[in-house]
Amino acid sequence: MRLTSKRGSAGVPPAGRTPIIRPWIVITISAALACAVLVAGAPSDKHLAVYSVAANYSLPLVQREGRPYVGLLEVLEPLGKVSAKSEAKSWRLRYNNVEGDFQVGKARARVQGRDADLGGKFLVENDRGLVPVGSLPSLLPRFLGGPVTLHEDSSRLFIGSVATHFTATLSGDNPPRLVFHFSAPVNPMIATEPGALRMTFSREPVVAPASPTLTFGNKTIPSAIYSESNGAAVVTVNAAIPVIASFSNDGRTVTISATSASAAAQNATQATPAAAGSAPGTRQSIPAASTNPPAAAPTVARRYFAVVDASHGGDDHGETLSNTLFEKDVTVALARSLRQELESRGIPTLVLRDSDANLSVDQRAIFTNADRAAIYIAVHAASNGHGVRVYTAMLPFGGDDRGAFRAWSTAQHASLPQSQSTASAVAAEFQRRQVPVRILTAPLRPLNNVTGPAIAIEVAPQGSDSSQLTAPDYQQLVTSAVATAIAASRDQLGAGR
Amino acid sequence: MIPRHLVIAMSILLVAVLGLSLYAWHIRKSAAVTPVVSDTRPLAPPIAGPTERVTLYVAHDEDGSLRAESALIPLASGRQQRAEELLRALLSLYLDKSSPHVLDSGADIRSVFLVDPGVAVIDVNSAFADTHRSGVLVEELTVTSLIHTISTNTPGLLKVKILVDGKERDTLAGHADLSSFYDVTTVNQLAAQLQPTQ
Repeated sequence: MRLTSKRGSAGVPPAGRTPIIRPWIVITISAALACAVLVAGAPSDKHLAVYSVAANYSLPLVQREGRPYVGLLEVLEPLGKVSAKSEAKSWRLRYNNVEGDFQVGKARARVQGRDADLGGKFLVENDRGLVPVGSLPSLLPRFLGGPVTLHEDSSRLFIGSVATHFTATLSGDNPPRLVFHFSAPVNPMIATEPGALRMTFSREPVVAPASPTLTFGNKTIPSAIYSESNGAAVVTVNAAIPVIASFSNDGRTVTISATSASAAAQNATQATPAAAGSAPGTRQSIPAASTNPPAAAPTVARRYFAVVDASHGGDDHGETLSNTLFEKDVTVALARSLRQELESRGIPTLVLRDSDANLSVDQRAIFTNADRAAIYIAVHAASNGHGVRVYTAMLPFGGDDRGAFRAWSTAQHASLPQSQSTASAVAAEFQRRQVPVRILTAPLRPLNNVTGPAIAIEVAPQGSDSSQLTAPDYQQLVTSAVATAIAASRDQLGAGR
Repeated sequence: MIPRHLVIAMSILLVAVLGLSLYAWHIRKSAAVTPVVSDTRPLAPPIAGPTERVTLYVAHDEDGSLRAESALIPLASGRQQRAEELLRALLSLYLDKSSPHVLDSGADIRSVFLVDPGVAVIDVNSAFADTHRSGVLVEELTVTSLIHTISTNTPGLLKVKILVDGKERDTLAGHADLSSFYDVTTVNQLAAQLQPTQ
């Protein structure tokens, strides 16, 4: 027995709790330490935006030696024919007919036989040659033969004369309009928040005006501020009332104007008793005065017969229809197609979201109500089911109207019968075209907040393939059916508003 | 001198001990290495006591319909417990992977509150909303299924509010509005619209 015991303690793998747990504790602690090291050493999400005549692109930056580094091969790759060869401590780069020789750990390189100062050590990681970002303005002209400008603080690199300049002028209208003229077409991401509208230019080489702060001496739109950070330029327009951006001149002109809603809301604020203005449920994302739609705003003329709302947008992707397709992208394509179909039938149409902008459901309803549109059509897309669903509002419980003011949550109440008859007309047109269709009510905002006739369509593929949602012929089949039905109902809709 | 048969017996015993120890070590190691897959699905309560038959309104994605199905739930002591049992029975159907309207395995009904006169508050967990599929129809099928089931089996309900983790939320998964109280009458009308076409 002594022999067995001795063997057991020396040679037998541990069967007791302690000898087994100990290695696991060590493994767990090691894993935790490894995770901590990995997390601590995780690359930052900083990027270098590169603008050139050939292409605009973005490259990841890595932090080495206390400064940002970028892969030199990656910088030059989109601009011409480039190759690199790594041998021991030497790294050779060939761009078109220009050769460069870099030594690992050295701060100087030779390009076409001449010395070039890198301002920091040259590094090689996984055969990638890394140079300090600060060296690019002196290094790249040796390869490219042209001027290079670096905005180091904001990580923006301009190769050649590619900068897009802009001017801003405030019109003397009441309410005023702020007009931006750009030297090249732009398509910024637009976000609104109380008191400001922000245009973010991540793909365009927009550069600062003479002064980063533009003041206009106007109470409604007092100033605009230009700033840059992490590869993007941002223009923030400060405004005392809700404003909207519209594009014209092939994207070279952006007009910031007060919405009709804001003027109406201001009037409503003056007319509404304080108790109504501070009603529970008032949302902070928009001015409080705008949350209760004015029931009586007869002075606001209708500019558009139809308002088409491309649902979602910006941070709100909607349904992820496939690995590369978001609902927000399909809805904007469908909305543009529907506008074309409606306008070809002589129906003036506004697309509420014509870019990848963030728009709250409250803002969508406010714009529609202020324009007193004869019909509001929200566009959704889905991978689930087949064909098209046409929705009208399912009103929530309650909704206490206060005098002349309608409750925001049930503002649709008076127009619901007209919405339902329009939905029926649209569904009938789909049936005529042999597209599967259903009419349903839905708890879908902002249908219940729109004061006029309002419907939503949810477009699903006819089969199981979601990619059909992006097919132009299918989109046109859907939008032409809706437009035909709206055109046929024009007299009824127009008479009601 | 140790007898030969004793040496043989001891050797056999030693080999057996070594073998069993190795086997035990291997088993424990495998058990420790294999990650424990936690099943977060709520367990359907065992129906050991008295039961009652109820009607659940089950969503079907295939044709976008709501169909009545009979089910047994434990006979609860109060209205509120009964309402919770109803929705948990409905949820257990949706958590089955062969369900016609699958919800993610982490989805759960936290609690149901019945407040007189005629108010019900359904509190779902965050996984219920966070993992729910996005879409107007698919979201309204879930909402209608919950509300129509509870209102049909709980007389006197007028309005229903759905909370997520005890808090108000704008939408279920980007479409179905959760910011207001649902009017039971209009939800029941929608449920009628969602009946399968014959």
